[in-house]
Amino acid sequence: MTATEAAMPVLQLRQVSKRFGAVQALSNVDFEVYSNEVVALVGDNGAGKSTLIKTIAGAYKPDEGDYVFEGKVVSVNSPRDATDLGVETVYQDLALCDNLDVVSNLYLGRENVRRSGLKYLDLLNETEMERRATEVLRDLSVKIPSVRVQIANLSGGQRQSVAVARSVMWNSKVVLLDEPTAALGVEQTRQVKDLIMRLRDRGLAVVVISHNVADVFEVSDRIIVMRLGRRVATFHTARSTNEQVIGAITGAMLPSNAYGEAE
Amino acid sequence: MMKTQPTNLAAAPNNWREALAERFRQGNLGSLPVIIGLIIIAIVFQSINKNFLTPLNLTNLMVQIAAMGTISTGVVLILLLGEVDLSAGQVSGLAAAVMAVLVSRHNLPAGVAIIGAIVVGALVGLLQGWWISSFRVPSFVVTLAGLLAWQGSRLRVLGDTGTINITNKFINDIANYKLPIWLGWVLGIVSVVVYTLIVFNEYRSRRAAELPTGSLNGVFWRVGVVGASVLAGVAMMSVNRNANAAGNPIQGVPSAVIIFLTFLIIFDFITQRTRFGRYVYAVGGNTEAARRAGINVKRIRITIFMLASALAACGGILAASRLNAANQSSGDGDVLLNAIAAAVIGGTSLFGGRGRIWSALLGALVIGAIANGMDLLALKSSIKFIVTGAVLLLAVTIDAASRARRENSGR
Repeated sequence: MTATEAAMPVLQLRQVSKRFGAVQALSNVDFEVYSNEVVALVGDNGAGKSTLIKTIAGAYKPDEGDYVFEGKVVSVNSPRDATDLGVETVYQDLALCDNLDVVSNLYLGRENVRRSGLKYLDLLNETEMERRATEVLRDLSVKIPSVRVQIANLSGGQRQSVAVARSVMWNSKVVLLDEPTAALGVEQTRQVKDLIMRLRDRGLAVVVISHNVADVFEVSDRIIVMRLGRRVATFHTARSTNEQVIGAITGAMLPSNAYGEAE
Repeated sequence: MMKTQPTNLAAAPNNWREALAERFRQGNLGSLPVIIGLIIIAIVFQSINKNFLTPLNLTNLMVQIAAMGTISTGVVLILLLGEVDLSAGQVSGLAAAVMAVLVSRHNLPAGVAIIGAIVVGALVGLLQGWWISSFRVPSFVVTLAGLLAWQGSRLRVLGDTGTINITNKFINDIANYKLPIWLGWVLGIVSVVVYTLIVFNEYRSRRAAELPTGSLNGVFWRVGVVGASVLAGVAMMSVNRNANAAGNPIQGVPSAVIIFLTFLIIFDFITQRTRFGRYVYAVGGNTEAARRAGINVKRIRITIFMLASALAACGGILAASRLNAANQSSGDGDVLLNAIAAAVIGGTSLFGGRGRIWSALLGALVIGAIANGMDLLALKSSIKFIVTGAVLLLAVTIDAASRARRENSGR
């Protein structure tokens, strides 16, 4: 048993099921993630990873099962409910505005303003936003030419880093990353992986969806394997091998108990 | 696991040449091409005809472009959203007709007629914006339908007589009044002082927050160039422009110029410094990202279409005031195309999310200067159209090329 298992998970799903018409996307899935840990969610196409992530993010409401946050059953009906709890999601498309600079993107929708009486005519407090943005990016060691550079002029890795920084700026407790290294080169993948580990060291619970088992082994503490809408295996990364995980993904070699390596 | 290290913020380019090269590489040229274009146009026309750069002609030019520029200000707002408004010209004509009918046929006070015309414009924008965002019909089609429908509405409002002359002094003064010379100077000096205070205050607060600032020299240059241009403009328009020195003096800043510049300042402020402005750019840049950030995209769209049509109405009022009439061709012909061309030539992207309100002024100056210069040379309007078309093509090409360079610069 590791130390994290003794503690309470910051976020937990219990016996969650979700059906789309004839397709059973999730059947009785349990999920848990602790603070200070990186959980990798792996599985083949159609395994239910995306459905699970979207359920956690509040984009889907499960047909059955409980959403438990910090030990309490909560009702999460929209992405807004999830972000209000401190659960932030970085989708693969990053949802950044190319034409705006880094500061504007970090604060989009939550601008720091001087009130004017009319919400839309509130004055942007650029100095304060830029100061705080610089601070956050420095804390996370995100390397960009300037916080005033447009997103269009950043590399893929830098964009991913900005999107991740945005998700952790607002006292979030859980960060979901959807294929964060899918479109990146070697060096940029390195940057993003370092960033993921820094998030964990700051006490966040990080959930990473990935296709790349090698990447998963570098960053994660636990690996949860999904297959055909079920959670079929869980591994402690440090005590498992590539072959075991791939075996579980393909269904060629399923461990018989909860933690694969204990077999 | 890497240890935290200071953010590697590359040193800001420390001289203007590097900064320029950097902006070119990133495809962020903004208004630079059009300013160079204006200088070339001025040199060419002045070398052919000595009357081009005279106080009389330049002041006329500013008055000539006020209506087009005001309509174009609204077009810039629409383009920032990544939409297009083909009805702007006809809305301006409809507003002119409404105002003329209210004041001349129904003998209503000028203020009521003006407000009535602007309200009609805003309602048109509300309808179009609502239609576009509710039924997901492309703005191109909705405003194309509007182009026809508002043209019909204008003809109907005008009725059988076709032309309605405006004799109301207040309305005719909107565009044709010349400010007393002292008032021109007061406005000029006050705006330069306010601008200077804003720029220095910004510099000071960035220093206080320990953020990178440009050099203090750069700040002085900015204030110096803007201040000198404004005051030179006032000085030029304060000279007696009447060629006949013995006749009544023609002097003072024309009200049309003040009105146009006021719109530019207000809308530049809104787009650059308010939450609303930030959301407009966000929707124009990535609608889905804006939606996910919690921005009410539909409300932003409808508001922008309302503002743009209201501005088109104001442009129509200016044009009618200058003409002292509203008629069957108000808002027809090249009004719409000039307004869109001005926005694009001025540096606002057709692809959404990039550009500044000031491009309405710069682009209108280019189009106005070409028309004005060719009139001085007594060239046929056929040539005028061809040259304006070529300039528009050039501007859009620069926009597209910048976009391509941007897309290649990051990844």
